[in-house]
Amino acid sequence: MNLDVILRAGISTGTILLIAAIGEILSERSGIQNLGVEGMMLFGAMAAFKVSYESGSVILALLAAIGAGGLLSLAHALVTIHFQADQTVSGLSLTFLGTGLALVLGEGLTGLNTPTVPNATIPLLSLIPWVGKIFFTDQNLLVYFGYLLIPASWYFIFKTKPGLHLRAVGENPAAADTLGVNIYRTRYLYTFIGGCMAGLAGASISVAISPGWYSNLTTSGQGWIAVALVIFAQWNPTGAAVGGYLFGMLRRFMLDLQGPTMLLGYKNPFFYDHNLVFFLQMTPFVLTIIALLWGSARARRKRLGAPAALGVPYVRGERGL
Amino acid sequence: MTLPTSIPESPAVEMQDIVLRFPGVLANDHVSFTLNKGEIHALLGENGAGKSSLMNVLTGLYKPQSGTIRVNSKKVVFNSPKDAILSGIGMIHQHFMLVPNQSVTENILIGLDEPRFTLNLKKYDEKVRELAAQFGLNIDPTAKIWQLSVGEQQRVEILKILYRGANILVLDEPTAVLAPQEADELILTLRGMAAQGKSIVFISHKLNEVRAVADRLTILRKGKTTAEGVPLEGLTKEKLASLMVGREVLFNLKKCDQEAGDTVLMLEDVSAMNNKDLPALKNVSLCLKEGEILGIAGVAGNGQSELVEVITGMRTCTGRIWMGGKNIANKTPQFSIEQGLAHIPEDRVGVGTAPNLSITKNVIMKNFEHEPISHRWRLDYTAANNQAKKLREQYDIQSPSVETQARKLSGGNLQKLILARELSSQPRLVVAMQPTRGLDVGAIEGVQQLLLNQREQGCAILLVSEDLDELMDLSDRIAVMYEGEIVGIVNPKVTDINTIGLMMTGMARRGTACDDGVFPPEAGQADADAGAQTGETDEAAQADAETATPEPPAPPEEEIEPAMPAEEAEYLPPETEKERILRKVRGPDWNKGGRP
Repeated sequence: MNLDVILRAGISTGTILLIAAIGEILSERSGIQNLGVEGMMLFGAMAAFKVSYESGSVILALLAAIGAGGLLSLAHALVTIHFQADQTVSGLSLTFLGTGLALVLGEGLTGLNTPTVPNATIPLLSLIPWVGKIFFTDQNLLVYFGYLLIPASWYFIFKTKPGLHLRAVGENPAAADTLGVNIYRTRYLYTFIGGCMAGLAGASISVAISPGWYSNLTTSGQGWIAVALVIFAQWNPTGAAVGGYLFGMLRRFMLDLQGPTMLLGYKNPFFYDHNLVFFLQMTPFVLTIIALLWGSARARRKRLGAPAALGVPYVRGERGL
Repeated sequence: MTLPTSIPESPAVEMQDIVLRFPGVLANDHVSFTLNKGEIHALLGENGAGKSSLMNVLTGLYKPQSGTIRVNSKKVVFNSPKDAILSGIGMIHQHFMLVPNQSVTENILIGLDEPRFTLNLKKYDEKVRELAAQFGLNIDPTAKIWQLSVGEQQRVEILKILYRGANILVLDEPTAVLAPQEADELILTLRGMAAQGKSIVFISHKLNEVRAVADRLTILRKGKTTAEGVPLEGLTKEKLASLMVGREVLFNLKKCDQEAGDTVLMLEDVSAMNNKDLPALKNVSLCLKEGEILGIAGVAGNGQSELVEVITGMRTCTGRIWMGGKNIANKTPQFSIEQGLAHIPEDRVGVGTAPNLSITKNVIMKNFEHEPISHRWRLDYTAANNQAKKLREQYDIQSPSVETQARKLSGGNLQKLILARELSSQPRLVVAMQPTRGLDVGAIEGVQQLLLNQREQGCAILLVSEDLDELMDLSDRIAVMYEGEIVGIVNPKVTDINTIGLMMTGMARRGTACDDGVFPPEAGQADADAGAQTGETDEAAQADAETATPEPPAPPEEEIEPAMPAEEAEYLPPETEKERILRKVRGPDWNKGGRP
């Protein structure tokens, strides 16, 4: 176990969570909670892998994943925005739909080799001592995309006009409506963008960061962690970055723990006792629950919590929230 | 179809034959409305008369089934609020349409074409500040909405519309949420804006206010106009009310003089936090006696909700709340109910009723555990229905049957349902929060009379209201709350409404916590720039004349603050009995720094 390795890998795998979580933040900021992230990610991962295998083009693969995630999210948008159905139920169904579609269409892809998004080292920046080695040396291109995504999405949400409209729609849609902001279009748009980013997050697993198709183990519940991260992050991309990278590191640490190492002078129990491994595999989810508790307790103390209209369908003429 | 009584020279807005239909409801039935340039036009009517619907048509939120709208003599069709804004029409809604965690400027910029992409808030803060200065609206553009008082939030709403270059402003019951001084200030602002050429529609059901502000008025009843564009001269309050309600409304409530009895409720040093974990109640002490109505006045959000919640067992607190010899603080609501407490909550739909359940189920919600409705583990719905039918009759709840879902009732009937449930339990204490808010004149009269009847039967009533007229009419004493403290308790018979208004805004303080219904000698009003001494003696004499037993005059240094310049005047409350004792016991510095 090497701290630098864990950090490097954490940044790398954390990018998957980061992309998915920022997508979900955009969606929830508009007032639409989409619990189907896991489904959209898996569907995106499958689409990317398949297209990459068939066409040999990584660009096409990423576009396919974005389209696949976006397509699924439109189903959610239609059901929750247009028909005002319950967002939790619709989101959960979307997970099943996405997972099911991915498994059926991804039949026979296991174990194949496809072209992947390459790694790269950034000149100059990689020369910075320690930091350069962890952040800018031999990382996947999507990891660098993640670096750009954090400030870009933060700036978009808090410092631009579309961002202002997005926040207003999620906080007080009636107010935004009276000022001429189209609530339905805004919500459709950001639900779709959230889906696209979930698809991209899926692709970043299957054709980039840890390439391969292992049916539903490809995402192995990371979509759920991304949903939880949104609360942990208080609907803020910078929080999603912290949480995403932290969880990425933890995942890597858990994997390392399962190797044949010595722990504090003892034989590693996690390697020799297979039952203990199950507990280890639970850890990310236990931590997610703790993060959720912490996040919501913090949300209660702080005024800036969840968007006030999150989960509430908007009907013009029904006053208030 | 009605025609305008006089053809105006240059109307800003002409609405003709507007028909607006919702499923099952005819909200506007061939309504016509004309607004002249530079006038303030009052739109009067009961709840559900179609005032807001008509104005929502004008502001593009609803599309009428038929009818025409002309703005500045040009025919327009509005498909969305944006179209109306482009025609220079803006509406200030009754429920503010603001995003609480965004700044003033951010709220104003929502939906505008400029800025195009990046916000550059600093530049726009400056623009907002200039506009605010032009119309005399004092506001900090960088403040977050949730940090502002209700009056300030209203200014943001007005600014939002002015920023869009609106010439026609529609205000939906703008003073409902304001303290009297804030309301006066608003009316002055509106007058100033009308003088600058803006045309203003002023929706209200407060008759006095309409008389103070409007040039002309239009009255709606059940979706039809009963008066259109009538000048205000010569219309009496009674005439206005009957045009609104369709029958005579009595403005004199039957309130008998009676002596207060034993103490029913006593609060000692009660403090509590609000939902944001900030102190909302600060050492509140109160007492309330049989056959007495204690009014709680205050601008919304000064601790009134929290006060009601700690008494009804819905919020934890420190201190003691005595009711019938038992401390009900930090007990369950069930426990308070058993002591004889009835609660008429502010939120009728969320707290007061279960909207999707029937009238019967809502009515038995408090006593379903007792005979005759429950037999051990079984509920007897026949008995429950009978009880509901009886109460429906007695309280005149208009509904097709007792099986009707509560959410289908109108505001007034829903409130009657709550009153029926709460008052039929023969309570010793009624805690009523905003019992008449949002009700029409007729329903208000009924609710107020019910409360007075309870008082006559010896019930103690804590009445929290933002409507000062109501408090003045009903209360035996009025406690004024400001920032979580009782800043004074006054007798409505001898106190001027402006004095209470000043206390509500924290500009004046006085009074005691628990004083047997006897108000203290007046400690001078905030506008008393000099001669506080003489004022005090005058009013004290008046006070003494009111009560049979004159209070021994307290030492003057405890009662009167030195006179201060009018603007800066802030008076410390004279010491309460309890504080006087504490000072004796613990020495002069017992509460150093504890009071502002």
